[in-house]
Amino acid sequence: MSIPYRNLMLFAGVAVLYAATAMIYGWNLTLAIVNMALIGAIMALGVNMQWGYAGLFNIGVMGFVALGGLAAVVVSMPPVPEAWAAGGMGVILGLLIGAATVIAAMMIWARMPKGRARGVLVAGVLLAGFFLFRAVFDPATAAVEAVNPAGTGYLGGMGLPVLLAWPAGGVLAAGAAWLIGKTALGLRSDYLAIATLGISEIVIAVLKNEDWLARGVKNVTGIPRPWPVPYEVALQQRPGFGDWASGLGFDPATASSIIVKLGYAGLFLVVILVIVVALELALKSPWGRMMRAIRDNEVAAAAMGKDVTARHLQVFVLGSAIVGVAGAMMTTLDGQLTPGSYQPLRFTFLVWVMVVVGGSGNNWGSVLGGLLIWWLWVMVEPLGLAVMQAVTAGMADGHWLKAHLLDSAAHMRLLTMGVLLLVVLRFSPRGLIPEK
Amino acid sequence: MDFLNGLVTFLNFVFIPGAAYGAQLALGALGVTLVYGILRFSNFAHGDTMAFGTAATILVTWGLTGLGVSFGSLPTALLALPAGIAITAALVLATDRMVYRFYRRVKAAPVVLVMVSMGVMFVMNALTRFFPGIGVNDINFADGGRFIIGVREFREMTGLQEGLAIRTTQAITLVVAAVAVALLFWFLNRTRTGKSMRAFSDNEDLALLSGINPERVVAVTWILVAALATTAGVLYGLDKSFKAFTYFQLLLPIFASAVVGGLGNPLGAIAGGFVIAFSEVTVTYAWKRVLTWWLPERWAPDSLVQLLGTDYKFAVSFAILVIVLLFRPTGIFRGKSL
Amino acid sequence: MAEPFLIGEAMTGGYGGADILHGCTIAVEPGEIAVIVGPNGAGKSTAMKAIFGMLRLRKGRVRLAGEDITGLTPQARVLRGMGFVPQTSNIFTSMTVEENLEMGAFIRRDDFQDTMAQVYELFPILKDKRSQPAGELSGGQRQQVAVGRALMTQPKVLMLDEPTAGVSPIVMDELFDRIIEVARSGISILMVEQNARQALEIADKGYVLVQGANRFTDTGAALLADPEVRRSFLGG
Repeated sequence: MSIPYRNLMLFAGVAVLYAATAMIYGWNLTLAIVNMALIGAIMALGVNMQWGYAGLFNIGVMGFVALGGLAAVVVSMPPVPEAWAAGGMGVILGLLIGAATVIAAMMIWARMPKGRARGVLVAGVLLAGFFLFRAVFDPATAAVEAVNPAGTGYLGGMGLPVLLAWPAGGVLAAGAAWLIGKTALGLRSDYLAIATLGISEIVIAVLKNEDWLARGVKNVTGIPRPWPVPYEVALQQRPGFGDWASGLGFDPATASSIIVKLGYAGLFLVVILVIVVALELALKSPWGRMMRAIRDNEVAAAAMGKDVTARHLQVFVLGSAIVGVAGAMMTTLDGQLTPGSYQPLRFTFLVWVMVVVGGSGNNWGSVLGGLLIWWLWVMVEPLGLAVMQAVTAGMADGHWLKAHLLDSAAHMRLLTMGVLLLVVLRFSPRGLIPEK
Repeated sequence: MDFLNGLVTFLNFVFIPGAAYGAQLALGALGVTLVYGILRFSNFAHGDTMAFGTAATILVTWGLTGLGVSFGSLPTALLALPAGIAITAALVLATDRMVYRFYRRVKAAPVVLVMVSMGVMFVMNALTRFFPGIGVNDINFADGGRFIIGVREFREMTGLQEGLAIRTTQAITLVVAAVAVALLFWFLNRTRTGKSMRAFSDNEDLALLSGINPERVVAVTWILVAALATTAGVLYGLDKSFKAFTYFQLLLPIFASAVVGGLGNPLGAIAGGFVIAFSEVTVTYAWKRVLTWWLPERWAPDSLVQLLGTDYKFAVSFAILVIVLLFRPTGIFRGKSL
Repeated sequence: MAEPFLIGEAMTGGYGGADILHGCTIAVEPGEIAVIVGPNGAGKSTAMKAIFGMLRLRKGRVRLAGEDITGLTPQARVLRGMGFVPQTSNIFTSMTVEENLEMGAFIRRDDFQDTMAQVYELFPILKDKRSQPAGELSGGQRQQVAVGRALMTQPKVLMLDEPTAGVSPIVMDELFDRIIEVARSGISILMVEQNARQALEIADKGYVLVQGANRFTDTGAALLADPEVRRSFLGG
């Protein structure tokens, strides 16, 4: 795998940006940006798979990210035995009733002859199932949520190592993607976009409102760290750590924080490498060639006997799974799940900017885009403020325009990202690292 | 009497709010469907076009009230609406010129235009927030009279135990939406320019052969879209309140309305708006109060009889959208898709 | 010989790739019916589109009433008095018959009620169905709408791309009768036809194209009488 000189220079350029940031703001902050940028790069890899490989437009990235976050909670948090005793079985039974209702309705729909009787029966089954579901489910969740609401009030997780949550997040996101893909693929391309927009809003609504699942807006905090990332306090208490840190010119708190972030960065880099290598191999395989053939000419590919919709479903599910993995990683990094913090602008659209700017269809482009755009997203605000301060320097303090302009700096990110996206799409639609 | 009390409760909490919301969605969906019919892509910037138009109208409203102008018992924002529309029209025309026109020339795939509209959405959202005094604040700009009929007046008038309140903003929503829709249909069906738009949407090549100027059609479309979006946004903002980022969330019900009715079909957009709105309100309303009046005492419900929590209203739009996509992707009224 | 009213002379070109037309010449005089026939893939429709400016010519000129219009867009040619009825998608299906005619007259700023009355006179059935969506009409009626739409600009030349494709023989005969009527009013007709025999019967001039070049050119009657034309192109 030879990487052209130009691409190496681009990555070197991004490295310089980060190094310069470290000079000004210190390594601690810079590494925090790096870690989020790596996660952004993974999300971009997933979206690039959908868009770059297959031309599928997923505008619900946020939902898949949040599902990954949910996986982190469900896998790694300790179970709450009292809550399970109070309503665990009821919740599970309720969910089973719900699933059984939907499956029964689908089977009736598939088996029965077309006609009024079928419609009535399906509606009846759905309605009856819904009320039965509510009758079992509601008291159970109420009981679960009543158990120590200030501390837990949810079922807890499985108490497994959080690293397992990363693939689990992928599986969860893949499941949701399969449902959406089954519905909306094979129709006009816009419909998939609208459907994904919908599912992501619903995932967030579920996370915010189903307290029994992950405490809703009360947030789950204290998600355990993955092996081998240590805790800062434990590091600082190690004998000799303080001396070692000051020997390097850091105070112990900063040094421990940097080491923790380096630990995460190491893990994330491993994940990125695995995904990129797998994706590159896939792209060069017959499968990858077929995907691109389908993307470039769906009609011709269909005429050659390729099942376009099935291939699209496959790539949509896989891409969403990668996004789900990234979502689980992000929640692990944060150590908490905060459903209120999921904003479409921040997750869905920013990831799209990463993909487009980096270069649609190129995995290295997505990685570059992730690193560059996340840096920009973080730095635009201080840079914008600096610009505004320079602009308003001549104005009298207290002038309304000055105050307004300074306030507006906070919104510079949106403008910058939007303009950047439009400019790249218009003048360099192939991005920084074009598809080979 | 019990039946009437139940009916009044139903009207007060389900029908009237649903109708007002439906009218707002219908206006929004009309804008989406026009862009789809003429420019042939799903405009994800529509929610933020609505937000921009509303913010512009609010600024003009503030200017007017600052000058001491008011509209009696009606909100001043109605006076400011034409100015808001003009500002928004200027913005979308400039956007078309700087952004979309290029992709029309190169005959880009619809999905590329969808993505471009996402970039436009970013920029419009930022521009909205740049307006002085708008930012991310929660703004209530409905002045004038609050109610046409208040709960107590209604009770005194009718002697019923339940009251019916009709807020000014709800009545205004319905009246303004009806006028806007009537004007739109008159324009599309009766004027030469409107007919040329329909011709362009129906068969672009033949429209070109007939000497219809595509750039003019597109420009007129954007002006109509700006008018519809601003009106929808202002009505929604008057009825609820205005926040720069909530309008993005209206995209889902608006798209659902447009798809349910058949993308590209204006009549369908209106029907879809009401279908979505009434479904949303019906499913998320706690029916206990109505049912207590309507059912014999023995059957009176203990629970709230609320099918879904109000936070799941998106799920309603989404479920309807999915059902339509599964069973009738072209929508109830057969849009021009597929 | 005097210059023909409309002539596409020695046209060579195609849709970007290989040339489809190779030095093909088509001409028509006022009030005359010229028919282009030939086997599939001979470039009949392409020749028509080239004359109407829908593809770029590498060589050759198109002249209308002595004026070189080679560089003009199709829209500009409509303004110069050319009308074109495409083979497919030639009506606005969601609009009423009358609206279709109005759209045909879109470039006219004067009163076009007389022209519309003439079209209704020519195609009486359209008058009965004028408030029906054109998409709901039968195949033959749709073709009448399509021709009527093109006539609304009062063209001097009417170009028809396979107007009888997919209609029954009876409807075809009726359409041809109407086309003759149009020609009698002084409008030149240039038409591509699959039904070569019937078309040549009404043609003042016939062009037999093979592989983008003129093979035979004569009056319709003469071509019908030519044994070689009959054997190769008219099935004996």
